[in-house]
Amino acid sequence: MSRMKFLCDTDRCIECNACSTVCKNEHEVPWGMVRRRVVTINDGEADETSVAISCMHCTDAPCVAVCPVSTLYQTDLGIVLHDKDTCIGCGYCFYACPFGAPQYPNSTLFGSRGVMDKCTFCAGGPEENGSQAEFEKYGRNRIAEGKLPICAEVCSTRALLAGDGDTIGEIYRERVIHRGYGSGAWGWKTAYYPEEKS
Amino acid sequence: MLKRKTFDRPGQSPSAPRPGRAAPLGAAEASAPSRRDFLRNSGLMGLALGAGWSAGTVQRAEASTPYTSGEVTRHKTICHFCSVGCSVWAEVQQGVWIGQEPVFESPVNQGTHCAKGAAMREIAISERRLKYPMKKEGGVWKRISWDQAMQEIAEKQLAIREKYGPDSSYWLGSAKFSNEQSYLFRKFVAFWGTNNIDHQARICHSTTVAGVANTFGYGAMTNTFNDIRNSRSIIILGGNPAEAHPVSMLHVLAGKENGAPLIVVDPRFTRTAAHADEYVRIRPGADVGFINGLIREILANGWEDREYLRQRVFGLDELRAEVEKWTPEEVERVSGIPADQTRRVARTLAENRPGTLIWCMGLTQSHIGNNKTRAASILQLVLGNIGKSGGGTNIFRGHDNVQGATDMGVSCDTLPAYYGLSEGAWKHWARVWGVDYDWVKGRFGSKELMEKAGMPVSRWLDGVLEDPANLEQPNPVKAMTFWGHAANSLTRGPEQRAALDTVELLTIIDPHPTQVAIMTDKTDGVYLLPAASTAESHGTVTNSNRSVQMRDQVVDPIFESKTDYEIVRLFAEAFGFADKLFQGIRIVDGVPDAYDLLREINRGCWTIGYTGQSPERLRLHMDHQDKFDSVSLLGKEEPVKGEYYCLPWPAWGKDTHGHPGTPLLYDTSKSVREGGLPFRARWGVEHEGRNLLAEDSFTKGSEIRDGYPEGTIGMLQALGWAGELTDREMLIAVAIAADRFSLDMLEMPDAEVRDAMDRLEEFARQNRLDRKGEALATDEGSWQGGPFEANTGGNGDGTKKPGDKPAEKKAEKKNKEKADSNAPTDRASVRRRFPDYPDNAITAISAYLADNPQDDPKPDAPLRDKIMRVNWKTDLSGGVQRVMLAHNLAPYGNGKARMVVWNFPDPVPVHREPLYTVRRDLLPEYKTLEDRRMWRLPVLYESIQEQDYSQEFPMILTSGRLVEFEGGGDETRSNKWLAEFQQQMFVEINPADAGAAGIENKAFCWVRTPVGNLRVQAMVTRRVDPGVAFMPFHFAGMWMGEDLSHRYPVGTVPYVIGEASNTAQTYGYDSVTQMQETKATICRIEPA
Repeated sequence: MSRMKFLCDTDRCIECNACSTVCKNEHEVPWGMVRRRVVTINDGEADETSVAISCMHCTDAPCVAVCPVSTLYQTDLGIVLHDKDTCIGCGYCFYACPFGAPQYPNSTLFGSRGVMDKCTFCAGGPEENGSQAEFEKYGRNRIAEGKLPICAEVCSTRALLAGDGDTIGEIYRERVIHRGYGSGAWGWKTAYYPEEKS
Repeated sequence: MLKRKTFDRPGQSPSAPRPGRAAPLGAAEASAPSRRDFLRNSGLMGLALGAGWSAGTVQRAEASTPYTSGEVTRHKTICHFCSVGCSVWAEVQQGVWIGQEPVFESPVNQGTHCAKGAAMREIAISERRLKYPMKKEGGVWKRISWDQAMQEIAEKQLAIREKYGPDSSYWLGSAKFSNEQSYLFRKFVAFWGTNNIDHQARICHSTTVAGVANTFGYGAMTNTFNDIRNSRSIIILGGNPAEAHPVSMLHVLAGKENGAPLIVVDPRFTRTAAHADEYVRIRPGADVGFINGLIREILANGWEDREYLRQRVFGLDELRAEVEKWTPEEVERVSGIPADQTRRVARTLAENRPGTLIWCMGLTQSHIGNNKTRAASILQLVLGNIGKSGGGTNIFRGHDNVQGATDMGVSCDTLPAYYGLSEGAWKHWARVWGVDYDWVKGRFGSKELMEKAGMPVSRWLDGVLEDPANLEQPNPVKAMTFWGHAANSLTRGPEQRAALDTVELLTIIDPHPTQVAIMTDKTDGVYLLPAASTAESHGTVTNSNRSVQMRDQVVDPIFESKTDYEIVRLFAEAFGFADKLFQGIRIVDGVPDAYDLLREINRGCWTIGYTGQSPERLRLHMDHQDKFDSVSLLGKEEPVKGEYYCLPWPAWGKDTHGHPGTPLLYDTSKSVREGGLPFRARWGVEHEGRNLLAEDSFTKGSEIRDGYPEGTIGMLQALGWAGELTDREMLIAVAIAADRFSLDMLEMPDAEVRDAMDRLEEFARQNRLDRKGEALATDEGSWQGGPFEANTGGNGDGTKKPGDKPAEKKAEKKNKEKADSNAPTDRASVRRRFPDYPDNAITAISAYLADNPQDDPKPDAPLRDKIMRVNWKTDLSGGVQRVMLAHNLAPYGNGKARMVVWNFPDPVPVHREPLYTVRRDLLPEYKTLEDRRMWRLPVLYESIQEQDYSQEFPMILTSGRLVEFEGGGDETRSNKWLAEFQQQMFVEINPADAGAAGIENKAFCWVRTPVGNLRVQAMVTRRVDPGVAFMPFHFAGMWMGEDLSHRYPVGTVPYVIGEASNTAQTYGYDSVTQMQETKATICRIEPA
């Protein structure tokens, strides 16, 4: 069975924000809610690196584990979805998530956060595929249309990959081989000789 | 199946219905995808990442979804932001643009987008658009009807015309225009009777166009985006494609991953630099020094391509003399680049050939921008990189159609296709337009004004404010029209504001009110007309690599907006020349048809080969995007086999001649018929006795196996090829020579051609066409200098003071040219001067010299001579080009590229300090030019540089782009999806400077310049060096600390406002094109 994955090739990500804006376009995500954002570390320094982050649809997703009302669930494709009708906005998933993916429309001190929203891998939610109700709560369901998540489809430099983990893993592997940096290949210095990193 | 997918939840009625997708598209609808679907899609992407993938089949199958009303329809449009030219699938339901899908089959973007392209749909559903015509009445915005607006504006325009003359109306066009609108707008303004017309190219790449055109022949990107994948090295000078042209990085990074070292030269450590193998930090403004240093290093080590230089390049000795002083140590002193780094970069470029050189506004926006672009071009010549796959000067243009709008002459100094403004050029276009030359002349204030360049957009404010005694036109500008142009992209804010307040009539035609509407304190006489966005209109756009892509209309104009074409029609009707303007152009529901306009463009734009791109051919290319190779852009299958994607100009001859377009300019490895070209023989055959033609270099299959001049009837005659012209082609050539051309000659049945020729001969006999005063079509003098005709203005030799009469200089120049043209033309003499040239080359050169002198033709020339001078640019039959192509010759000849542009102020590029410089120690050694006059206005240089501001303003200020916004930003800051990601105007300052000034990160501060003060947030970062500050230029709505947003009409305030960096940008204009200097000025930063 396929397992859907995102992979961001940081050698290619140029922080153009296409993934973030196209997500808003596709799903009509309102101002203030961002399902995917590009994080840049060491901004303006020699080792500046950008990476596009959203829900990573973890294999053993901690959000699913902690949800007290079982509103989060994982599909057979490995996509983590949630049911907005049962979400109580407790925020546990936010604390559990290593990527900061779950978001809430409200941020008052004592009030409710409101219903959680996050990246759906463009797979909608529990409503009927392609229904108006699904669109209004979760956005488009591209997966049901035989398409991939829009963020990866439009990525300007093909940094962001989405699809079956084995396939995109192979794409990335071939890419690293093609780059042919030998011992300077991505990750080499970081993993073994961090002191040599310029 | 997705788990819990069928869970039904009744009773969900949407409170605010919005367009959802009624039925999913494509074959895979409703059913969950199979594993095969995933693999297929993933596989497509995988191939895209690896090598050589072109297009997907999945999207194509869906593209054939039939158009049914009420259902979802799909329309292919071209992204309306930058010049990469990404295709977009738009999904429309019930007239609303509801979804956007990637176009994987586009060979240019291959489905990808940047933030802007990914958010394009917003413009067509935007709530912040200007919704209906408005006028300001007593300082209050009031809604009016289109009828009232057009009536009042037209009355006021005509009154101003009556009182002050046509030159007191300034028409500012746009790089957002389609080719057809650009062309129509140029023609419209010609019919109005002024050359005061311009657009954004003036302030983005005018120095590129002038510099490159005067070096190689054409002012455009030489290769394609995709071709960068073939580069062995990539150097980016003053460009940040990761933010300005993100999709180009698809190809740039592919080139890098193929092994090309990526070198980025910039004062800032940009997002692009973060991906570079070598980052070179340069002091703003010191580019020529660095480039000349690289050239010196290459020459000193013997790394230059000697054979290439001998065969194809003119002026190496002069170059050698200039670069000699640019030792790596001198480069370090001037630019701050370590000497070893200069040496290392030179070695990298020399060892990795062919390499490409990319530049953008970091190079162009300078008072010596033309020097910088020429220096960069020369570096590539020295390395032998021009005309090769993987090489080239790849100049990324700015807006989506800035290349096309430039080509179509939305400029104060030329008619469409760079014909210039000479009498010959006007007569050519009068023939194409089917109007009487004398009628057009009568529309102008005088023949002199008709042939005199207007005022460039960078100086329009001076056209209002300058003392009328200093103006070379009857009256200052009184009516200003901003048609798709922002005010905040122009420097000298306070003076521009004064100019806006001074004009009698201010008209803004735009999808948004723009900064213009709120900047002015005028209480009356301000009109806002809502223009449709590009998605609401159709036409063609030329991307940076010269491919002419077709854009379909996605939705009808929203709110009360109208397309640009229709607005031109309304003006033309109000001014009373609509009949003449739209001869032969269908008007459909009030909107002139773009494709009829394109056919007219095809009829006239011979100089740059915009003649083969008929609507039918372009439609075929757009419908078969998947059949083009993703690297070479060559069509691999019928019906586009053998043609290059969207026929990158020049596509010589008529569409029926089948030229495939020219993907790589000056590439001699292909025949001209297959899209190859030599350098253009644009400046004659000799200069001061030295050969300007190529030597032993020619395109594959060329029948003249050496250099040759540009094509004329006389040359064809001498070579014995005139017989190959058809009767119709002869008729048209003779008719043009005899000034008896009429458009029906293009269409009349073959049987009537002979009769028409007989009538013409009879007419010639009766009227003795050798009478005095008969001017000819080939006024070479004014066409030679290129689009920015520095050779006719007041900047001939860099030594004159303002007040010198340009006419005198023109005369001087003419005398000089005469000396050249008086060179003996007899065969023996030509053979002496062009030794070792084959016989047919000698014949061609002799014929060229005999029939096509470099100056105005003799007024009493006999008709035969006039016929012989009809050439590849003026021959409306296309016969000259067709016959030359048949012999595999380039219509424009086979010449040398120039390292010495003798008609520019600095013939060989030299470094000059910015007008406002903190490096006073480099003066007077690297001082600027003397003050002068140009294009109806005085231009200041040394009188500004002489004043020392460096104590008061010790920091360097530069500016640039952000990925989310474009240009003045009125459109993108009103786009909710983009605006959210960039909500604050800021200034980047180094921690050292911030610490010294006591400014914390994210605190507000004042950026002060000699012109103005901006209150912006501080971004403290080592991205900039100590002593350098950077600001993005897309913001508006704030004015020196004051919030102007309440001045917008209700409901049109952009989501994000901020200070416009150009409000405080200083004086400084390029010596050839009047480009503004924004990349190197001075400032001081204080806590707010």
